[in-house]
Amino acid sequence: MQALTNRKQQVERKPMTVWEKLYLPSIFKGMGITFSHLFKKKPTINYPEEQRPFSSVFRGLHILNRDEEGREKCTACGLCALSCPAEAITMEAAERQPGEEHLYKEEKYAAKYEINMLRCIFCGLCEEACPKDAIYLSQTFAPANYGRKGFIYNKEDLLIPDPNTDPEGYEKAKGDIGKNIK
Amino acid sequence: MFSLEGITKSLQDWLYLNFNPTWALVIECLIVIVLAIALFAFLGLVLVLMERKVAAHMQIRLGPNRVGPKGMFQTAADTLKLIMKEGLTPDGADKFLFNLAPFVVMIVAMLILAPIAFAKGFQIWDINIGVLYVSAISSLSVIGILMAGWASNNKYSLLGAMRSGAQIVSYELSAGISILCIVVLSGSLSINEIIASQQNGWWLFKGHIPVIIAFVIFMIAVTAETNRAPFDLAEAESELTAGFHTEYSGMKFALFFLAEYINIFIVCAIGATLFLGGWMPFHIGNWQDFNHIMDYIPSSIWFFGKTFFLIFLIMWFRWTFPRLRVDQLLNLEWKYLLPISLFNLLLVTVIAIFGWHF
Repeated sequence: MQALTNRKQQVERKPMTVWEKLYLPSIFKGMGITFSHLFKKKPTINYPEEQRPFSSVFRGLHILNRDEEGREKCTACGLCALSCPAEAITMEAAERQPGEEHLYKEEKYAAKYEINMLRCIFCGLCEEACPKDAIYLSQTFAPANYGRKGFIYNKEDLLIPDPNTDPEGYEKAKGDIGKNIK
Repeated sequence: MFSLEGITKSLQDWLYLNFNPTWALVIECLIVIVLAIALFAFLGLVLVLMERKVAAHMQIRLGPNRVGPKGMFQTAADTLKLIMKEGLTPDGADKFLFNLAPFVVMIVAMLILAPIAFAKGFQIWDINIGVLYVSAISSLSVIGILMAGWASNNKYSLLGAMRSGAQIVSYELSAGISILCIVVLSGSLSINEIIASQQNGWWLFKGHIPVIIAFVIFMIAVTAETNRAPFDLAEAESELTAGFHTEYSGMKFALFFLAEYINIFIVCAIGATLFLGGWMPFHIGNWQDFNHIMDYIPSSIWFFGKTFFLIFLIMWFRWTFPRLRVDQLLNLEWKYLLPISLFNLLLVTVIAIFGWHF
């Protein structure tokens, strides 16, 4: 029969020699292999202490972005919710009152913004749909929780720390976002 | 200098000075019981952790490393969990035998401890037929295993117990004959005299190739006798769930588990005593200077070092080789190991008669 690939190999079925029939050489060889494993570098990553570096385009949990002055960028236009194939995003808009200019960048803002992380498929379409650069997928990924309720992330969970009051937290939450992407 | 012999001797003198001989004996018995149980608990914790660590490192993993520094308290936490679990007895089981079996296995393991010399002059019972005693008592453990398998009223348990019975009964032969080789060479059944006969070198080095063959056969046979992989047909988890202890849970399961590890310790201690000189330091013939340097290392460290080396060897087997089939297992014993060891015994006898050993 014609071979399908050029990798075909004939299986050898030679009778074993006396040396092979003794089995002891192969037994010692096997023990040598496992013993050498003792000194090998372990590929294990001790998860909570060590973390695997992700690529800069990794799509993890969402963050709601702020501008340089620490104002929320989201205007509650609803494009992210519209683009979401899993229908995981819910929001309610509200109008900015006089005196709230330091909180919200534009006249309209999201009073309520919820993402159901159990529905979310982390496709990143919300990030692409957003005209205001307000939502990003960060480098952290979903932690465990005791109940389903805990997976519905509200605005407080999603908002990035204020760059003016907590610059370290801001940088950490932002990670590599926007650095290596053309 | 610190020595266990001195401690036991001064304790005995003190007891006999302050109490009448009967009470002194009773107190000594109590001390021995407490020490034996403490040793068992300690060995159980250490050996299980060692097994898990060795297994992990041989598979290029890290092993338990969360509970305590480097995972040292992992087994203590596991034991705590097992104590708190319910010990179920199945409905169809023979209740009395079912509950008795783990204790039988445990008691057998405890009995074999008696003649083992842990250090120079540190021995529970210096019996003059020590080696015979050990091989006689160790064959009792099969009763406990068969009892567990039968009383569970579970086909897997019964199959596991039957396999275990066939295995232990057949491998005892070659283990016994390997032990006989050393008995022939040293001319004594007493553990102490066998150790004393290795004053100028261990039998493994003194006895030429036949003793090395005996040592290899002994190690293979005791691996099979303790139901360890690659001979773990009795509990073959892929075929029989857990073999004879399938139905056991909680502390009763822990007793089986503990007995398995204690048995490993004991057979390795016997192996170390017979072939590697027990607590005898590493001596080379008449090199007095070298021998004196070796004598500075305490005898208990020599004993435990050798024993743990052999335990490591057995764990090494387990994590290297796949399990044998039943027919392969019995072929290996009856067609190869037994004839080889019988012929080997003959060679050793010739060596002993002509005094060809060093």
